[in-house]
Amino acid sequence: MIGRVWVYGDHVNTDLIIPGRYLDDYDPKNLAKHVLEDLDPEFSRKVAYGDIIIAGRNFGCGSSREQAPVALKTAGVSAVVAGSFSRIFYRNAINIGLPVIECKEAADMFKNGDRALINIEKGILINEGSGKSVKFATLPDFLLDIIKSNGLVNYTKKRLAP
Amino acid sequence: MSQMTFAQKVLARAAGKESAEPGEIVNARIDLAMSHENAALVLKAFKEIGAKHVWDRDKIILLFDHRVPANTMKAAEGHKTVRDFVKEEAIPTFYDMREGICHQVLPEKGHARPGMLIVGTDSHTTTYGALGAFSTGIGATEMASVWTTGELWLKVPETFRLGFDGKLPTGTMAKDVILHVIGDLGSDGADYKCVEYVGPTIDAMSIASRMVLCNMAIEMGAKAGICFPDDVTRHYLHGRTDVPFTPVTSDPEASVEKRIDYDVSRLGPQVSCPHTVDNVRPVEDVEGTPIDQAVIGSCTNGRIEDLIAAASILSGRDVADGVRLIIVPASREVYLEAADLGLISCFVRSGAVVLNPGCGPCLGAHQGLLAPGERAISTTNRNFKGRMGSPQAEVYLASPLTVAASAVEGAIADPRRLLP
Ligand code: SF4
Repeated sequence: MIGRVWVYGDHVNTDLIIPGRYLDDYDPKNLAKHVLEDLDPEFSRKVAYGDIIIAGRNFGCGSSREQAPVALKTAGVSAVVAGSFSRIFYRNAINIGLPVIECKEAADMFKNGDRALINIEKGILINEGSGKSVKFATLPDFLLDIIKSNGLVNYTKKRLAP
Repeated sequence: MSQMTFAQKVLARAAGKESAEPGEIVNARIDLAMSHENAALVLKAFKEIGAKHVWDRDKIILLFDHRVPANTMKAAEGHKTVRDFVKEEAIPTFYDMREGICHQVLPEKGHARPGMLIVGTDSHTTTYGALGAFSTGIGATEMASVWTTGELWLKVPETFRLGFDGKLPTGTMAKDVILHVIGDLGSDGADYKCVEYVGPTIDAMSIASRMVLCNMAIEMGAKAGICFPDDVTRHYLHGRTDVPFTPVTSDPEASVEKRIDYDVSRLGPQVSCPHTVDNVRPVEDVEGTPIDQAVIGSCTNGRIEDLIAAASILSGRDVADGVRLIIVPASREVYLEAADLGLISCFVRSGAVVLNPGCGPCLGAHQGLLAPGERAISTTNRNFKGRMGSPQAEVYLASPLTVAASAVEGAIADPRRLLP
């Protein structure tokens, strides 16, 4: 996948990704309007389909709210690359079919507006402008399968199908 | 057989295996699955999967606590969807909005017991570690898969063992201990780990205090927090459940990734400053910072010992002019006990507003939001930007003693000055 990147810092928590005050609404499209609002109020207007988020350590720390990756994905984000992820966000993202990539070097390799090229199967991340590339650890096959099925719902459906 | 940690033992047992190694991914059978309001989301995914019925209706617990009574039309609709489902599926354990916060209600009603594997669609599900269970938060979609199959893949975590020695000085509580630890290790300092709290300080703690430690394990990234079951645990569970349980503890020689020892005998009140939980300072550093609101409650500190601590400061004193003190008992049981002890009248007399049991202002959904530029001190567990209302507001976290003292003085205060 290829996309324009937005770069953020460490500890982007779930209250920043989607604040609790909006969670009575179960419509992902409405959540997407407020995604990252308290961190970058302009984000939901700037983001375009296919964009990639690049961040530092501990992305998604905080609540178990699955609305966090859902809001990012619905807003058009195609992947999140971070130095590290909090455990529940990481699982949730995979389960709803949002690729998450753990890569310590990424945050220093990109600035806002750069374009990133990701090969998720091979574990390669490239900055298209500078040509710099870095390898990251690939996911176990069954997790890749869940992402490729566009989430756990479809994956489970397939497995339950006779 | 090689020596195993608590986490290895519980996950191996749940996966039907003799043993399991840290890092290994196991397919575990879930003993108990809890959801609150977000059961509406679980239900959506459950229906999309196309499953006909839940795998075991006796292993699912549902209740409402985050937005009770419903504060918006949408919240009301969400509640109704879940109520209808509970009826259709004849889920026997549904507490609606009557009982209080999930993490208080499950232990109180004897649903969380030693050795169990519990998952919940809430990050503070780690709380049940205080009862000796391995419990962790998961997302709504994977909960739908648990509802369908009763199983979930889990990585067996490495273990951090935190040892505590010394008697807690007057004016300090379990909250000060855990804030100190989180300040020390950082908000991702125990990422993915099972954190064991051991030592004489823990042995002397009530279940309520142990719940504070396990509740906030997630604030340093942990997958689970655990206090090993002992007589205190047995005593707590007595009369709450007839279901037999098998206590599980780590083997003495089991290898752990890290061991850290703390001496709490000189610890003073701690305050976590905006906007991250690990931004912790001794109360002396922030004393005198003016506040607009003070909150005592939540799954961290809304239990009877917390309310008694608050009353020890508030009794015979008034909340400072210009400060709003909100007190939220964690559950119906706590509320009743507080009423019987005369605490509710003490609070109301002092000028506090006492809310119905539930999450209250903790998650910034209703009941006491902050306006831009306002500052609050709270016994809850998160002070992220926007957590309790406006992103331009500030939240400080502290113990019930410190919050009560601050409410009385109108500024962040050291409770030791106000104690007899
Ligand atoms: S009290 Fe706060 S932290 Fe606890 S379950 Fe409710 S919203 Fe979550």
